[in-house]
Amino acid sequence: MSTKSNLAELVKRHESDILKDWVKEQLAAVSMRADLMSETELRDQSGEFLKSFQKALQTGELASIAAPAWENTRIILEGISISRARQGFTPSETATFIFSLKQPLFTLLRKEYEKDPKVLAAELWTITLLLDKLGLYTTECFLKVREEIIKRQQDELLELSTPVVKLWDQILALPLIGTLDSARTQVVMESLLQEIVRTSSMVAIIDITGVPAVDTMVAQHLIKTVAAARLMGADCIISGVRPQIAQTMVHLGVSFTDIATKATLADAIRLAFAKTGFSVVRREKTA
Amino acid sequence: MEKIPILKMGRFLLVTIQVDMHDRLAMTLQEDLTDRIVKDNARGVLIDISSLEIVDSFIGRILGSIASMSRMLDAETVVVGMQPAVAITMVELGLSLAGVRTALNVEKAMEILHSLAPAGEEATIHDTQT
Repeated sequence: MSTKSNLAELVKRHESDILKDWVKEQLAAVSMRADLMSETELRDQSGEFLKSFQKALQTGELASIAAPAWENTRIILEGISISRARQGFTPSETATFIFSLKQPLFTLLRKEYEKDPKVLAAELWTITLLLDKLGLYTTECFLKVREEIIKRQQDELLELSTPVVKLWDQILALPLIGTLDSARTQVVMESLLQEIVRTSSMVAIIDITGVPAVDTMVAQHLIKTVAAARLMGADCIISGVRPQIAQTMVHLGVSFTDIATKATLADAIRLAFAKTGFSVVRREKTA
Repeated sequence: MEKIPILKMGRFLLVTIQVDMHDRLAMTLQEDLTDRIVKDNARGVLIDISSLEIVDSFIGRILGSIASMSRMLDAETVVVGMQPAVAITMVELGLSLAGVRTALNVEKAMEILHSLAPAGEEATIHDTQT
C-alpha cells in the first residue's frame, strides 16, 4: 500500500515537470498532427488530463479504471477521444496520447528509485498496467464515436437517396436508385405517401430504372407501396422496367396485375397526363 | 351512447369519423349507415377518415364490409383522406380494401361520386301512361 501512495505523492510533487516533458514528447513524436491541432490545445488537454490522473492516483484505487475514483478522468478522456475522432485522428494517434505519458513517468521513477530496483520494477508495472487500460479506453471511445458518425451518415444517405419530385400539377415521381432493402423501402414508402398528402397528387410514378436487381422481396415492397398509395386515393405507375427485370419477375411468379407498368418514364408520364386530363401539344412554328 | 353522425348531402351520405374508432362504434356505424342508405335512397357514401390515426384489423375489415354492403344497396363508397401511417398499417395487415374507391380529399371524392351516379339518372324512366 505504501508504494502506491508513494507513486501518487511523486506524481503530485512533479506534476508540472511531467507535464512539460510529456507535452515536449508529444510535440516531437511522429504522430503529432500540427495540421489538426494547435500546441496550446494539446497543452490544455494534457494539463487537464494529468490533473485528474494525479487526483485519481491519490485515492489509491489502482486496480481498475472503472472505479468511481476514475470517473472524472474517464470523462476527460472521452471528451478528448470524441474531439479527436471528429478532427480526423487515427485510433493509434489517439491512443499515443496516453502511451506517450509513459516516457516522462518512467524517467521520473527511474531517477527516484535508482537505488532500489525491486521497488522500481513494481512501480513500473503498476503504472504500465494503468496507462495501458487508459489507452485502450481511449481507443474504445474513439471507435464508438466513429461508429456513431458512420451510422449518422448512413441515415443521411437514406434520406438523400429517396427524393420525391413533383413532375406536374398532381403528378409525383419517385426515381429509385440503388438496391432496395426493407429499411430503405420503408423510408421510400413513407416519404412518398407524405408527399402525396402534401401536394394532393393523384398520380405517383415509381421509376425503377436505377434499381439493379428486383427480387421477390423488392417486388413485394413495391406492391405494398402501390397498395398503400391506392388506399389514400392516389394511382401508382411503375416505370423503367427493364427486359431482364420483366423476365425475372415472371420467372419468380410475381405478377404486377392491377398495377400499371411502363417500360420508360416517358410512357408513364403520358399515362399520368391522360389520367389527370392534361394533354401535351406541340406548338406550330410561327413565321 | 356515442354515435358517428351521418349527414345527407343530396343523393349522397357523408360520414366523418373524428373520434377513435372502437369496435362497438364501428358496428353501430355499419348498422346505421345501411339503414340510412335504404331510408334516404342514397346513391353514394363518402367516409372521411382523415382524422383517424389508428386503424386495427377489425376496423379495416368493417370499412371493407361497409363498402360491400353499400354496393349491394346500390351505393358506391369512397374512403377519403387516409393518413400515410394508416395506409401502411392497412397494407401490412393485408387489408388492401379491394373494391373500395379511395380519394385524397372530399372534393375529389365528390367528383368520383358525381361521375359514378350522374344527376338526373332517375329521371330517365318516363311515365308513358299519361
